[in-house]
Amino acid sequence: MSAVAQRNEPPEPRRGGPSTARAAGLTSDLRTIKVVWHRELLRFIGDRPRLIAGVAQPVLYLFVMGTGLSAMVPVTSGVPFRTFLFPGVLCMAVLFTCFFSAGSLVSDREGGFMREMLVAPVRRSAILFGKCLGGTTVGTFQGMVMLVIGAIAGVPMSLELVVTVILELLVICFAITAFGVALAARVRTIQGFMALLQVALFPMFFASGALYPLSGLPAWLVALTRLDPLTYAVAPLRHAVLDASGQAALAPMVTWGGFVVPIWLDLVIVAACALVALAVALPRFSRDDA
Amino acid sequence: MDGRGGSIRAVSGSSERRAAIVVRGLEKRYGDVHAVRGIDFEVEHGEVFGFLGPNGAGKSTTIAILCTLAAPTAGSAAIAGYDVVRERDAVRRNIGLVFQETTLDEYLTAHRNLLFHGELYGVPADVLPERIEQVMRMVGLWDRKDSAVSTFSGGMKRRLEIARGLVHAPNVLFLDEPTIGLDPQTRSTIWGYIGELRERHGTTVFLTTHYMDEAERCDRVAIMDAGKIVAVGPPAKLKAAVGKDRVQLRTDDDAAAIAALREKLRIEAKIHEDTITFAVPSGEELLPRLFAELSVPIRSVSVARPSLDDVFLSFTGTTMRDAEASARSEQTGAKR
Repeated sequence: MSAVAQRNEPPEPRRGGPSTARAAGLTSDLRTIKVVWHRELLRFIGDRPRLIAGVAQPVLYLFVMGTGLSAMVPVTSGVPFRTFLFPGVLCMAVLFTCFFSAGSLVSDREGGFMREMLVAPVRRSAILFGKCLGGTTVGTFQGMVMLVIGAIAGVPMSLELVVTVILELLVICFAITAFGVALAARVRTIQGFMALLQVALFPMFFASGALYPLSGLPAWLVALTRLDPLTYAVAPLRHAVLDASGQAALAPMVTWGGFVVPIWLDLVIVAACALVALAVALPRFSRDDA
Repeated sequence: MDGRGGSIRAVSGSSERRAAIVVRGLEKRYGDVHAVRGIDFEVEHGEVFGFLGPNGAGKSTTIAILCTLAAPTAGSAAIAGYDVVRERDAVRRNIGLVFQETTLDEYLTAHRNLLFHGELYGVPADVLPERIEQVMRMVGLWDRKDSAVSTFSGGMKRRLEIARGLVHAPNVLFLDEPTIGLDPQTRSTIWGYIGELRERHGTTVFLTTHYMDEAERCDRVAIMDAGKIVAVGPPAKLKAAVGKDRVQLRTDDDAAAIAALREKLRIEAKIHEDTITFAVPSGEELLPRLFAELSVPIRSVSVARPSLDDVFLSFTGTTMRDAEASARSEQTGAKR
């Protein structure tokens, strides 16, 4: 008998040492992440209506709402309202893109494909991580499309701005997708997920200061904006955009009492929220039986 | 890497190592419901093993435990030597699964579905393309490999799922009601694949069905009812053990006919599926006496050689269809 077992022979149980098991686990995790991520991209590219909506909606906000409102508020914090609004619209566009990406968790469950992933010999955490990376990629891509739209709308651009926004978006999109995944982990229907979107996403967006400056607000709204994690995502983006206009000094920073929160701390807060969201999502997702 | 190719063979004379599936004293409770009540069986390598029983008999629960999707309440099960609870991932690598409902990604192409599956299961990149082509050709979908699954018919999807279940060359292929809801032609095509798997690849196939004619095509059948296995064996042997023909009788007055059968012919008959039914060693020889001695007008008579349904009847005292009907009414009763 050859030592190499034929496929249809009874296989022997593998008894590798713990280190080989760990290495095998890591390659399996990376493979899983790659598959889930790749699938997310294919789904995004294959979804025409979603691509069109992803462009049409921000165009509508920036040109129609931005132009309409600037008749009322021509200059905000010393910059043209459209430039001021741009980071908020950018944030909104990636918010929806990432959130819908996370929502594919629900449509996968409805369509049955979730079961194929849950019965595979892979770790659930790797599936979740792949989802989050997928959302990060499509969200950042959406952000790049937004930069093009912004340039057309007359928002001053620079290479530094593009690089900064992309780097910031990688963190922000990961956090938003992780948040969406935490919400979607045990939702059974797309309708349920849409309802969650209404309840969770819109208030977060409106309280984030994406559409208005953070200073000169009533005390209750100040408190609300500071509690909203999205506020810390909008502030770095706005800083980067205004910096490109040469008006970084005018960027409305987040303040806690008298303390001005630096941009790096904004991003650390966003990253910390991502970790919390993942920590919530994982047990919710793992408890799920196929 | 999975070590299937190069591991040093453990020295073990255990007979259990030989079997593809070993189940011992398996039980599953869901709250008050005792879905599986202690079952034992083994499936040999290369065998086509059928689980036959009415809906609600515990087939799906058993298959869920064997596929590591549910934990047993008591007892144990091993696939290809791996324990379904303690060595879950090893079990998963060694099994292929085809569920009743589709689990394909309808937005992706057929080929992409299989490619992702192969990657998830860690099939080496150098053998994956070849393997995918092989299984897609087997189910006759190679020329449709670049079509989105959403354009496939129900039968094509089932065939693709079977192909996908084979991409990682599993030791055991689990098919949960593989032909349910399919047209007769697709059903027979799928049975063609099952035969091919057994003959050419030596893959063990474990399937559940409640179609008698499909159970007949298995090497061995386990008949399950109310959470227990009532009989296991090759279909021919099980039928031989019953050894009697089934006579079904329609009359104008069933109660009188049953009484007459008891008094004049010493036959205990019962009503199953609205027909007087009884078993006798030789049905044809009985018929003349039946016509001569039964005073009740007879509308029709049929005599059948033993089928698996008779095996089920003789072990459980009820037919599959009646068992299903009562399981259904119990379920609706419990829901109220």
